[in-house]
Amino acid sequence: MATPTSTTAPVKPPTDAAQEEQTSALQDDGRERAAAKVSVRDLDFFYGRAQALHKISLDVSSQIVMAFIGPSGCGKSTFLRTLNRMNDTIPGTRVEGSVQIDGQDVYAPGTDVVELRRRVGMVFQKSNPFPKSIFDNVAYGLRINKLTSGKSELNDRVEEALTNAALWPEVKDRLKASALSLSGGQQQRLCIARALAVRPEVILMDEPASALDPMATQKIEELIVELKRQFTIIIVTHNMQQAARVSDKTAFFWLGKLVEVNSTERMFTNPNEKLTEDYITGRFG
Amino acid sequence: MTSDSQIKSAANHRRTASSVMTTLTAICAFFAVTILALIIGYIALRGLSAISFQFLTDTPKPVGEGGGIGNAILGSLVLLLLASVIGLPFGIAVGVYLAEFGDGRFASVVRFVTDTLTGVPSIVIGVFVYTIIVLPMRQFSAFAGGIALAIVMIPIVARTTEEMIRLVPTSLREGALALGAPQWKVTTGVVLPAAASGIATGAMLAVARVSGETAPLLFTAFGSRFFNVYLDQPIASLTVQIYNYAISPYDEWHAMAWAATLVLMTLILAINITVRFFTRKKI
Ligand SMILES: Nc1ncnc2c1ncn2[C@@H]1O[C@H](COP(=O)(O)OP(=O)(O)OP(=O)(O)O)[C@@H](O)[C@H]1O
Ligand SMILES: [Mg+2]
Repeated sequence: MATPTSTTAPVKPPTDAAQEEQTSALQDDGRERAAAKVSVRDLDFFYGRAQALHKISLDVSSQIVMAFIGPSGCGKSTFLRTLNRMNDTIPGTRVEGSVQIDGQDVYAPGTDVVELRRRVGMVFQKSNPFPKSIFDNVAYGLRINKLTSGKSELNDRVEEALTNAALWPEVKDRLKASALSLSGGQQQRLCIARALAVRPEVILMDEPASALDPMATQKIEELIVELKRQFTIIIVTHNMQQAARVSDKTAFFWLGKLVEVNSTERMFTNPNEKLTEDYITGRFG
Repeated sequence: MTSDSQIKSAANHRRTASSVMTTLTAICAFFAVTILALIIGYIALRGLSAISFQFLTDTPKPVGEGGGIGNAILGSLVLLLLASVIGLPFGIAVGVYLAEFGDGRFASVVRFVTDTLTGVPSIVIGVFVYTIIVLPMRQFSAFAGGIALAIVMIPIVARTTEEMIRLVPTSLREGALALGAPQWKVTTGVVLPAAASGIATGAMLAVARVSGETAPLLFTAFGSRFFNVYLDQPIASLTVQIYNYAISPYDEWHAMAWAATLVLMTLILAINITVRFFTRKKI
């Protein structure tokens, strides 16, 4: 997975070819939407009166990694947070349009938001470990959702999650220590471990590697590639090389609009839009 | 262009300002501590001589026959325990409500009421409890005293709890919500533990504050010359006992008032240390 050209082809749904075209070409076709793991149509998002997202339509099929790129403030985090309804917690926000996960409308009345968030995990832009022990941080999601039976299974799941997040060797002797005693990068990996522990189906990662050194970053990238065998991963990144290395598809956001979605390979070699090309090549005013 | 000498003089100025400010704040801190030490020292000086085993365990006796404050110590502990059992959970619950769900109109009314209640003189609360509990029961009681103290505590505890919970960063709540935690589990499992030591400090301050209250007890617990643990009977308390000893014309009782004050301060200190011990940062 070193270069974008060697990226393995994802398990493609039949309609993948159509998806490689412009987003606006997406038909609101039931069959097509049903094939996608995450399917968004005409999504508008408002912080009070300020519109942060404009008519976003996007499909993400399962078992792929999709990267979101775009300049700071263009709405990547906002969009990510609409997918697990994390924006519900911010007063005065409003959503229009539809988001479906496995064909289920996320914003339909009666949706079990708690269940949704367990299925759609999230790693935040700023690391946010609980002021609890390292072990309790990772075990938190398992405990509240009662996902394990018995102590040994809990221990195993915690170890597995920490190993996957490339943190186990550093913390295995101090699991009872406070999570706040970890370094910034370790805290971020702990938050990744915490999200992985509950084995969500979709994982939203908001710049998970921005505070990590190259070694840890590499481990996380390997993990992401590993995880996509089972999960769907959406990752926000400011690092073009990272997007190129880990993702199968890339979406480019600009001023709250989705400018282009394409296969990562195509995106970084021959994008459809001039704007995308300018951004990727760094020719951006 | 700034010359070398200009840069140097700016640096000198900065150093001077910094040391002047450090000295000033240190002097103020020193005064605060000195005043406290003087008060404690003076009370110890006046009170220590009257303290004896008998004084700490006996009930009050007529002038010249000695007597002690044993029943008042027990009474104060009973009253504080009762007030804490009622006032702390109630106050903390109100604080949690205000912080976690307090956006609506009802919450602003609650906030206004608690703020007002904080400012109400405690004697008014005593009279109020006298009217609603003592009169219908036709007797002064430990229960009425506990309620009065609890009412003094509730607004203090509620507002400190609210403030401490608001200090918990949103990102922590979001972290828990994103793992599929329902709101109430986020509150009980993440927010409250993160705010626990702050809430405990607020609770401790409230307990310390009411342990020095006399006025609300005069009309409610009233006072007693006997040992009592029954909640429907009048009960002695250190503050009321100090008051009775202090307003008397006898030197012997004045000495006992000082000694009882010393005991009260020790009690408050003990509460302080205990709570700190149990809420010290483990994580
Ligand atoms: N809580 C909020 N309240 C009001 N406006 C907000 C809020 N959060 C974000 N915004 C605004 O919404 C727009 C999109 O923000 P968002 O955080 O989604 O950007 P981003 O693409 O994630 O940027 P970055 O790459 O810097 O993280 C910005 O203009 C921002 O100012
Ligand atoms: Mg962001």
